[in-house]
Amino acid sequence: MRRVFVNEEWCLGCHLCEYHCANANMGGVTAQDMVRNLRGKKIHPRIRVEDGADGGKINFAVQCRHCYDPMCVKSCIAGALTVEDGVVTHNPDKCVGCFTCVLTCPYGCVMPDGDGKVVQKCELCLRNKVGAPACAEHCPNRAIVYEERGTL
Amino acid sequence: MEQGKIYLSPEHEVVRDNDKCIRCQVCERQCANKVHSYDADIDKMLACDENCVNCQRCVSLCPTHALKIRRCENRFRENNNWNETKIRELYLQANSGGVMLGAMGTPLDYPTYWDHMLINASQVTNPSIDPLREPMETRTFLGKKNQKPERDANGKIITKFKSPQIELDVPVMFSAMSYGSISYNAHESLARAATELGTCYNTGEGGLHEDFYKYGPNTIVQVASGRFGVHGDYLMAGAAIEIKMGQGAKPGIGGHLPGRKVGPDVSRTRMIPEGSDAISPAPHHDIYSIEDLRQLVYSLKEATAYTKPVIVKISAVHNVAAIASGIARSGADIIAIDGFKGGTGAAPSRIRDNVGIPIEVALAAVDARLREEGIRDNVSVVIGGSIHSSSDVVKAIALGADAVYIGTASLLALGCHLCRSCHLNKCNWGIATQEPDLVKRLNPDWGYKRLVNLVSAWKHEIMEMMGGMGINSIEALRGNHLMLRGVGLNEKELELLGIKHAGENI
Amino acid sequence: MAKKFVIIGNSAAAVGAVEGLRAVDKDWEIVIISDEPYHTYGRPLISYLLFGKTDEERIKFRPDEFYSANGVTAMLGCTVTQIDAAAKTVSWSKDDYTGSLQYDKLLVSTGSVPFVPPMNGLETVPLKTPFMKLDDAKFLQEHVKADTRVFIIGAGLIGLKCAEGISKLTKNITVCDLAPRILPSILEDELAKIMQNWIEQNGVKFMLGDTADKFDGNKAVMKSGAVVEFDVLVLAVGVRPNVALIKDAGGDVNKGIVTDQFCRTSLKDVYAAGDCTESFDITSEQAKILALLPNAYAQGYAAGRNAAGLEDKPYDSAMPMNAIGFWGKHILSAGSYIGEKHEVFGDDGSYRLICRDAGLLKGFILIGGNDIHDHSVLDRAGIYTNLIKDKTPLDTVDFESIKDRASLKGFAADARKKKLAGVER
Repeated sequence: MRRVFVNEEWCLGCHLCEYHCANANMGGVTAQDMVRNLRGKKIHPRIRVEDGADGGKINFAVQCRHCYDPMCVKSCIAGALTVEDGVVTHNPDKCVGCFTCVLTCPYGCVMPDGDGKVVQKCELCLRNKVGAPACAEHCPNRAIVYEERGTL
Repeated sequence: MEQGKIYLSPEHEVVRDNDKCIRCQVCERQCANKVHSYDADIDKMLACDENCVNCQRCVSLCPTHALKIRRCENRFRENNNWNETKIRELYLQANSGGVMLGAMGTPLDYPTYWDHMLINASQVTNPSIDPLREPMETRTFLGKKNQKPERDANGKIITKFKSPQIELDVPVMFSAMSYGSISYNAHESLARAATELGTCYNTGEGGLHEDFYKYGPNTIVQVASGRFGVHGDYLMAGAAIEIKMGQGAKPGIGGHLPGRKVGPDVSRTRMIPEGSDAISPAPHHDIYSIEDLRQLVYSLKEATAYTKPVIVKISAVHNVAAIASGIARSGADIIAIDGFKGGTGAAPSRIRDNVGIPIEVALAAVDARLREEGIRDNVSVVIGGSIHSSSDVVKAIALGADAVYIGTASLLALGCHLCRSCHLNKCNWGIATQEPDLVKRLNPDWGYKRLVNLVSAWKHEIMEMMGGMGINSIEALRGNHLMLRGVGLNEKELELLGIKHAGENI
Repeated sequence: MAKKFVIIGNSAAAVGAVEGLRAVDKDWEIVIISDEPYHTYGRPLISYLLFGKTDEERIKFRPDEFYSANGVTAMLGCTVTQIDAAAKTVSWSKDDYTGSLQYDKLLVSTGSVPFVPPMNGLETVPLKTPFMKLDDAKFLQEHVKADTRVFIIGAGLIGLKCAEGISKLTKNITVCDLAPRILPSILEDELAKIMQNWIEQNGVKFMLGDTADKFDGNKAVMKSGAVVEFDVLVLAVGVRPNVALIKDAGGDVNKGIVTDQFCRTSLKDVYAAGDCTESFDITSEQAKILALLPNAYAQGYAAGRNAAGLEDKPYDSAMPMNAIGFWGKHILSAGSYIGEKHEVFGDDGSYRLICRDAGLLKGFILIGGNDIHDHSVLDRAGIYTNLIKDKTPLDTVDFESIKDRASLKGFAADARKKKLAGVER
């Protein structure tokens, strides 16, 4: 299965991935969609860039790793988190916003959504209109890649 | 000596469509010149136009296409004699007392002869060749050729070259650009691309970083007037050694890498103290004649046990043909000629814009002279300095070149937007800089692929054009002036180029 | 003939066991026996059901096809009456029917039962319920109307979640607890007060340090002498592990059912998982009742996998871990609050406690601020949880950079690389 991998050596800390993520998960695809979706709003991306590691030199983006043994799925009290063809998927309709997954995700990649009433997480853009991870597609330096890296 | 201040309006202005701007601040994070900033109080992005070099980094990365950079519309009073640039530069010099510096090739509107030459094609009486169906050889060898056929003891013709050669799968090499003037990642991109393409890149005067010795078979190592980074292993590492006598963008003068670009890695590679300016003298202080040059050529051959071809690189100047004739007799295997439109990381603008001659006429003159003197096979001829496309490559070979160097074109492939600010060390594309946070903007994993793409595309086009002419090897095209016709050129130009005008028959 | 895995219970541990076993085996026959007549549902969701955040369809813990897709025979509404470990059978009853089942491996995941201390006159109260099961929620749905006075005994997690659940049905809710503070088993005084104020702002009245002494119909006389009149009584004093079946069968029982690291009880081929068991808390290094859904699921998953004969995955990472929230203010906590404390009271009503001891992160409490749309204090809490669980030495992590905001940048470069670019997970 293809997954998103982040190579911090090439991350520029530009934060473009966050904006493309936010746009994609608000149903947007194009630059015009981004204007309509994000202008004048605080964004709630599912990928987040951490700046300034190792004395400020290193930046990197983090989003759901789609674990083979996902703690969030195993601890979800509502059955709202499931694994669909390897993709850790969230059903906001079933989610009650207890945040147990926020408590258990080792990467800190399941997070309250913009309203704070349910959680959200990366689903590799497979269920939005972009269809493949927007972060990887728009990363200007191939720091974020969407690829197969062998099996365990 | 600064004498007061004079107001100059910014050269460029940042135009931001506030209806499109989403305040993502990507422009701010990506501009090393600190043009953009976010003002939280008014929730707006601001721009400091005077810092902008129009490198287009912000424009390229803006996710909503809210940005464009425009030439500042404020102009001095219209004057075709004293134009904007001339006045501006005069003011700057009056202010600073300094030499005007520029980077990359001249931006001035000199004629480009490539664009006044047209290529032939076969019709009816001679068949064209379809390169997809029939063999088409783009491989070529650079170096001294055997003077006449010889046979071995069994009477078989000896096909082996007696002199060392560079073997190229495609007659396009990457020009000399030093580690120091360009970044580690740019060098890695060039080295990996050259290896994959079966061609060569060139260290320039910066020495060879220890990580890149593994690309040695596709590396040309340069020896220039500063002799930076030159030692035995270095000379042995490459496919050939290039003695740099001159550079097209700055004929007659040396080079200067500012100390701020000499970090630990550059210092180790160049074998100079960290932070010290690397100054290459204008002449080689041991070369004042062809005889002196011959000594260096043979010193280098001696040092490498006659296993490496030696290139002598000169800039195209007025008496280039005579100089080339001397070089061909000096023992050098290859002559590289750099036209006056060639690029540079930094050069005095006056020199870049006013010294030298166009590469097209230089090439034609050198080729003609060497043929006249019967020494053309003593050397291969490589030219550079404004090769823009595959058709320029084909025209250069037809005009007499064995191969070409591309510098600016290769940097464009790596993302360069020709802002001509290399000398500022703030290259927003991670190419002409040594700042670690900027260097990492060029990921060689894709940088080298773009170079491979570019040259592979050119190779396809070269094969198409050669096939059209009914020619199936570089050897058969080389010096084939009949394959070229001039358009819009006067008699003298046609004579110098050695080509007929369009419409003339053989 | 296929071997048979019988699971008593139908909640998180049982579902975990099914998924754990099916992850390694397709052949075993699986039977689930549960006294509740419902498709598996998320137990903690009953308060959300009352609150309107879920409904009887969405409350299902797994999709409708869960049993059939996993080859599970679900005997719902059947009460197990006895385990005969020697004969490897369980006896069950449903209405007037009784029967018994042979098993090869048995999992006891019977959960917990409400604990009701003796109170005089309790039998005279007409409308009373515990708050444990879907039926309890349905009872409240039926009986709590706009003007209904609800009296909840117990200001622990169950009592307060019940209060929140019915707060849209009635504004007349009183909660009492013998302890002087709310959430006595979870929070210290100061933090309990923060939460109490918050819950009071949402319309709940508290009577703390006091409890009902005796009942007379719809009237409770408190220990303090105060009298509380109510329409519906909720008994949420506490719960006890449901150990009866194992105890009767002769298995080792402490506070909860005693299991080893493979979730085996002292009875041969009998496993136990979930709230009915004792777990070994790796942070305090003590056996504890950890009545938590993630723990139940993990135990069940390990039991199912081990029951299939692998016994290769010990379950050895149990620890206290709570994600609770009331009216949008959330508490995330894990581990034990021992050792050196880093404590921050935020101006926004938030709170942060990080505890480390002997070079390890041991526990934390994060309480969200008063803006219920801003959960920044809780952000990425799982990074802390996993530092505790993995027993990551803090000298390999830049603790200063993560103590006020969880992130991965405090990890060493190679650890980050493994997390973000590696395939080992």
